[in-house]
Amino acid sequence: MTIEKITIDCTVNHTAHSIRAYPMARLLDVLREGLRLTGMKEGCGEGECGACSVLLNGELVNSCLVPVAQVSGANITTIEGIAAGDQLHAVQQSFLTHGGAQCGICTPGMVLAAISLLERNPNPTEADVRTGLAGNLCRCTGYMKIFAAVVEACQK
Amino acid sequence: MSTNQTQIVGQSIQRKEGRDKVTGAMRYVDDLLFPEMWFGATVRSPIARGRIRSIEFTGNLPWHEFTIVTAKDISGQNCTALILDDQPCLADKFVNHAEEPVVLLAHPDKYLLEEARRAVKIDIEPLPALFTMDDALNQTEIIWGDDNVFKTFLVEKGNVDDVWASADFIVEGEYETGAQEQLYIEPNGMIAMANADDGVTVWGSLQCPYYVHKALLKLFGLPPDKVRVIQAATGGGFGGKEEYPSMIAGHAALLAWKAGKPVKLIYDRAEDMAATTKRHPSRTRHRTAVNKDGKLLAMDIEFVIDGGAYATLSSVVLSRGTIHAAGPYACDNVRVRSKAVATNHPPHGAFRGFGAPQSIFALERHLNKVAATVGLRPEELRRRNFLHEGQTTATGQVIREKLDLDGLLTRALELSDYHAKKERFAEHNATNATQKKGIGFATFLHGAGFTGSGERFLESVVGIEATATGNVCILVASTEIGQGTNTILSQIAAEALRLDYEMIELAQPDTANVPNSGPTVASRTCMIVGKLVESAALGLKQTLVQSGLLTDDYSLDEWRQACAIYIAEHGALKSFSKYEAPPNIFWNDETYQGDAYGAYAWAVYVAEVTVNLVTYETRVDDFVALQEVGKVINPVLAAGQIEGGVAQAIGYALYENVVWDNGTMRNNQMTNYIMPTSEDLPPIRVFFEENPYTYGPSGAKGIGELPMDGPAPAILNAIESAIGVRVNCIPLLPETLMKVMNA
Ligand code: FES
Ligand code: FES
Repeated sequence: MTIEKITIDCTVNHTAHSIRAYPMARLLDVLREGLRLTGMKEGCGEGECGACSVLLNGELVNSCLVPVAQVSGANITTIEGIAAGDQLHAVQQSFLTHGGAQCGICTPGMVLAAISLLERNPNPTEADVRTGLAGNLCRCTGYMKIFAAVVEACQK
Repeated sequence: MSTNQTQIVGQSIQRKEGRDKVTGAMRYVDDLLFPEMWFGATVRSPIARGRIRSIEFTGNLPWHEFTIVTAKDISGQNCTALILDDQPCLADKFVNHAEEPVVLLAHPDKYLLEEARRAVKIDIEPLPALFTMDDALNQTEIIWGDDNVFKTFLVEKGNVDDVWASADFIVEGEYETGAQEQLYIEPNGMIAMANADDGVTVWGSLQCPYYVHKALLKLFGLPPDKVRVIQAATGGGFGGKEEYPSMIAGHAALLAWKAGKPVKLIYDRAEDMAATTKRHPSRTRHRTAVNKDGKLLAMDIEFVIDGGAYATLSSVVLSRGTIHAAGPYACDNVRVRSKAVATNHPPHGAFRGFGAPQSIFALERHLNKVAATVGLRPEELRRRNFLHEGQTTATGQVIREKLDLDGLLTRALELSDYHAKKERFAEHNATNATQKKGIGFATFLHGAGFTGSGERFLESVVGIEATATGNVCILVASTEIGQGTNTILSQIAAEALRLDYEMIELAQPDTANVPNSGPTVASRTCMIVGKLVESAALGLKQTLVQSGLLTDDYSLDEWRQACAIYIAEHGALKSFSKYEAPPNIFWNDETYQGDAYGAYAWAVYVAEVTVNLVTYETRVDDFVALQEVGKVINPVLAAGQIEGGVAQAIGYALYENVVWDNGTMRNNQMTNYIMPTSEDLPPIRVFFEENPYTYGPSGAKGIGELPMDGPAPAILNAIESAIGVRVNCIPLLPETLMKVMNA
């Protein structure tokens, strides 16, 4: 039995897309290879690191675990859709000011996780931030500067 | 009048490439796409040691569509050139460790490629393998050279054997550390283009472009100008992308050459963890003579590391571990005997700290035992033995800088509220049966730059070029891997030339374009390369002054004008600077005596823990990291380095366990190899003291590796203070602690 490609209609970063892909293709690959949105990264491919995070209908998900068939009709935001033109999002600016990005490989996922956290909880305590970001691994920063960035961003 | 009088060095200026990192615009190797690009895969040995009998291409696959490479396709020397060139690029007749590369495949369809990788069957006749340092030392099999020993060092100061008889106490101890995975979040990867006309070009995730360059030259037997290595943005290295990328670059290039197509070879996490290097496991034995006042009379140290199946960098890792083994203490009689041995593990390699975290762990645990034996507090024992200006280290290096370890210790204990907490915890522990609290510390040093004569041999060169607009480009092979190379080198150049930070940029590390400023390792980029950037920058200015185009005091406009005129007349304005050792630095490679490092960073780290006696879990509740690092170039970046290193070292101490099974890593996934998450770490409180180093740029020393050294012993010292039980191995997992406590 051969599996056929299907067409999936969805919105990515406010633009409507019609994507041809195998139903079980990972959202990660479809976005990175098909749409050339390479901001999200593959750190583990098994839902552990969060480097592949995107917002799916406003919820933070690991795109390496999402079969593309599941995003039909969905609204997807990737890191490329966060800044408004040249205007950085407050979280992005705060990551810059506080040194929240070092090698930068976890940063797109981390920024999306922070944004998603602040949407659910606009005034998080440091403990909330720690829990909210626990699905995103960073090997460079030890997280301290990321906490500082998130706490400052919510004061804006 | 000068326009730009504000200090740039010492400011927390934003990371140069930060914007691209927070917007996702930064391109890492897996983000690059080439026309007609194929994908590559590596078929590896399933067992640790054996003789290759046959290679079969099974299954119903269109094998004729694949490019297949084995050792026979190598035109040059079949090695991954490094120090001894003993590691093959592809195993030929024998395999010496599990996951050793044997066959390479390339195909345009990466899904089919993965199927094919599984369908290659390598038949290997097993040979007996070695997996422990003791078996290697006892020579139960000879697997490398004549005696399974990659390298031996002997450091001798005074004569320890004269002392034992007169000592009040002799204290012995044995300490072990495990392997640790670097776990950069971006796995290794390379893209290659290669053919007879153009030679070999690779783009990749790497720390040391010229290491890869050297390896490709040997592998293909090409002249230097036919090999080009370009660093793509690199998502973390920590040493894990120091030597192994040379292997991957070789593989990608062999495939590209044979396929006639660009080939992208990216490891997935499981492959990266199972096949690439890790921190060397170690065992250290201490025998220490001390008098009743707590004065160290003799330190006899035996340090062994497991190098894995090939020599790779083990000799150098051993060297750094050996030199740091006696710590920041003055003792007249020291003997360090060390060995790097061969086993059939995948070769262990560079990892932040490079041998020092292992030997410092042993020493800082051992000194607490010495203190307890003598009846002194751990801080008091150290105070009685700290190095001072004018005294000598184990290698006989005279400390010529102002050094106040006493002051550093006092401040760290104050910042952590050590004494008050110690009392409070004693009360708490007396009444609480399951939650035990403790506090402990470690005092240590870390040498910056290559060891001994290393920097002399490297002869690093840095270039700097001005454009007609007066902007300046720094030409170095030193790579940005997250640690801040781009930012701090720009700050140093801007400061030296009194230009705006925005006027400085770094050329992409590309061996066709930048001189060899040496590898990005050994905490050398800021101190050594930074100093060269500073002098190359001053050379640029000097050229303009000598041409009469600039006076010593200039405005930005005058600078721009001078550059424009000079370039119109001469075509280009460039300046190069080459490493010269500071005066009074001498090292004897034969006796292992002398000035091991130009400068050391000094530190005291304090950890506070809670040990849960129901689950046997240890939690670090607070962490103070105080260090003297010369001038801090960028406080936010520097603190970020320390915090990240401490986090990695907390993982090393408590969580990160490589499970070996006949030489294969069994937990090669992030699901079961546990690194700290944001929920696992204490507040990491970082403090600096500045004591400018004459030969560093604006007085800076190296800091990158330092934070890896202190946390593990500080945490285990804290655990001992909490539960009164001595544990001397890491990682200290709950199951290990349970066993120890129930023994
Ligand atoms: S790549 Fe998706 S969670 Fe790691
Ligand atoms: S910045 Fe490197 S992994 Fe987070």
